[in-house]
Amino acid sequence: MNTGGWIVMILAVGGVTGLLSWCVYKVIATPGSTEHLHSTADIETPDVEEDEKLD
Amino acid sequence: MNRQNRPKEVWGSRLGVILAVMGSAVGLGNFLRFPGLAARYEGGAFMVPYFISLLILGLPLAWVEWSLGRYGGSQGHNSTPGIYRSIWKNRIAPYCGVLAIIIPAMIYMYYVYIEGWCLAYAIRYLFGEMNYGADPAAYKNFFFDFVGMKGDGVALSTSGDWPLGSAVLFTAVCFTINFILIYRGLAKGIEWFCRWAMPLLIVCAIIVLVRVLTLGTPNPELPEQNLLNGLGYMWNLDVSDKSFWASLCNPEMWLAAAGQIFFSLSVGFGIVITYASYMNKDDDIALSSLTASSGNEFCEVALGGMIIVPAGFVFLGKAFVENPPSTFGLGFVALPNVFNQMIFGQAIGFLFFFLLFLAAVTSSLSMLQPAIALLEEGLGLRRKASVAMLGFITAVGAAFVVYFSKDLLALDTIDFWIGTFCIFVLATFQVILFGWVLGVDRGFEELGRGAEIRIPRFVKFIIKYVSPTYLLVIFGLWINQQFFTAPTNPDDLTWPQKIQQSSVVQMTLGFIVVVIILFLLLIAQSVRRWRAAERAETEAAP
Repeated sequence: MNTGGWIVMILAVGGVTGLLSWCVYKVIATPGSTEHLHSTADIETPDVEEDEKLD
Repeated sequence: MNRQNRPKEVWGSRLGVILAVMGSAVGLGNFLRFPGLAARYEGGAFMVPYFISLLILGLPLAWVEWSLGRYGGSQGHNSTPGIYRSIWKNRIAPYCGVLAIIIPAMIYMYYVYIEGWCLAYAIRYLFGEMNYGADPAAYKNFFFDFVGMKGDGVALSTSGDWPLGSAVLFTAVCFTINFILIYRGLAKGIEWFCRWAMPLLIVCAIIVLVRVLTLGTPNPELPEQNLLNGLGYMWNLDVSDKSFWASLCNPEMWLAAAGQIFFSLSVGFGIVITYASYMNKDDDIALSSLTASSGNEFCEVALGGMIIVPAGFVFLGKAFVENPPSTFGLGFVALPNVFNQMIFGQAIGFLFFFLLFLAAVTSSLSMLQPAIALLEEGLGLRRKASVAMLGFITAVGAAFVVYFSKDLLALDTIDFWIGTFCIFVLATFQVILFGWVLGVDRGFEELGRGAEIRIPRFVKFIIKYVSPTYLLVIFGLWINQQFFTAPTNPDDLTWPQKIQQSSVVQMTLGFIVVVIILFLLLIAQSVRRWRAAERAETEAAP
């Protein structure tokens, strides 16, 4: 691995780790953030409930 | 319409939020697809277009897609054809939504196959069936036999250690699990489980990373296959016979880098826009999207890239890494060699592949929702009928991919044309829709509503001018390379040459066209229903 490789690796890994750390800090530091942050994993699609009602 | 009234108690804690958002982003793209592409496109050189794509495409377009989806949801639509139609009052708008339906549905067709490999490897580790000793070639041979790389239909004939040696059996099991979960509305249960399983996957990956970084030179007879050279292959800017600048002049690499960013962030995919349409109007999308993207990038670059490519180089050599067995295959050959060199390697191997399997299940379940939303909203089908119909379509596609397993050509062809090319086209369409049709100011208003962070104003300029220009320039250069320029290396076939030479590639592209036509017909029917409903509404109005 040459010097350029070390620089690219440190910048890349450091950059994504820094970005993630900042996001984690913002989530933790922002009051009320837990109440309306979302991911595709937690969003309920209402069709499941509607189908259950029809059954 | 379709607003969710989710209780606040769903979020147990802030840690839970972070884990859920990060976990949603982790999938096969991070640990398997990214290393495969980085290896194929000369390692370090690939990182340049990759990070440029992340900054001027990935992060802004993730915000674009969440905003478009939530805006469409506020207009009463959950399917992408409906959402596009509500934003762009043009007859062709809903038909542009076909890409957002077929991309996740067709990626699912091969994704479930790879999911089957993960499950199979996990179970083989559990039963101690993955110990092939210190010979790296043995793991390669097992993988080639297992997935049927030696000939079409070979995956259907199982090897001696049936049933653990049958890729088809595991694919069928995964396919069935996915559809049972989604048919019975149990998807949220598995995702709740994954909220806690994903951090475990990351911990597991960090343990594997530590072992990779302490590999040194495992085979003293091959001193050049050492860890530093492996890391060098991943990160040095010039690693092949080509110079760094010559590598950068390959438009296909830029297209693939942008495609990988889109693939792993699920941008230009149709999934985020569909799920965002179910959100409440004051929910945050700015910080949520950025946290998911950064978690995803951490897993991809700091873990996936640092583990698979160096390990593949150390155990199997540069020649193998330069031409990996399919984009997704490198990890399935490289990782078992690492586990073989680890204390508790069998247990960690089981845990890693099982957690990867769970990550893949959550991703694949979300891939089915865009098509389900269209079938429900456009055709008025109930969820279970929609799931059954989609199950049939994707089963045909998965069987196609599994049967044409020679060199995993059908898988790689769909992965390129759907998982890279179509995603690229859809992302271009969406960024233009946001910046020029909805309007960047209106779009930012939507993005800023409920936001926990303030998006810098220069992002508007990027979304309106830089991202579309960048996408269109890469696309133009790629078309020029593929259709109007002779390849510098005779071994590098262009896609027109591949299509001419391979009947499997021709059939795969034919299959893609058939699926596109099928969904275009479904969209046409949906448009007729929407128009009829709108006419009835107008007539009923006083």
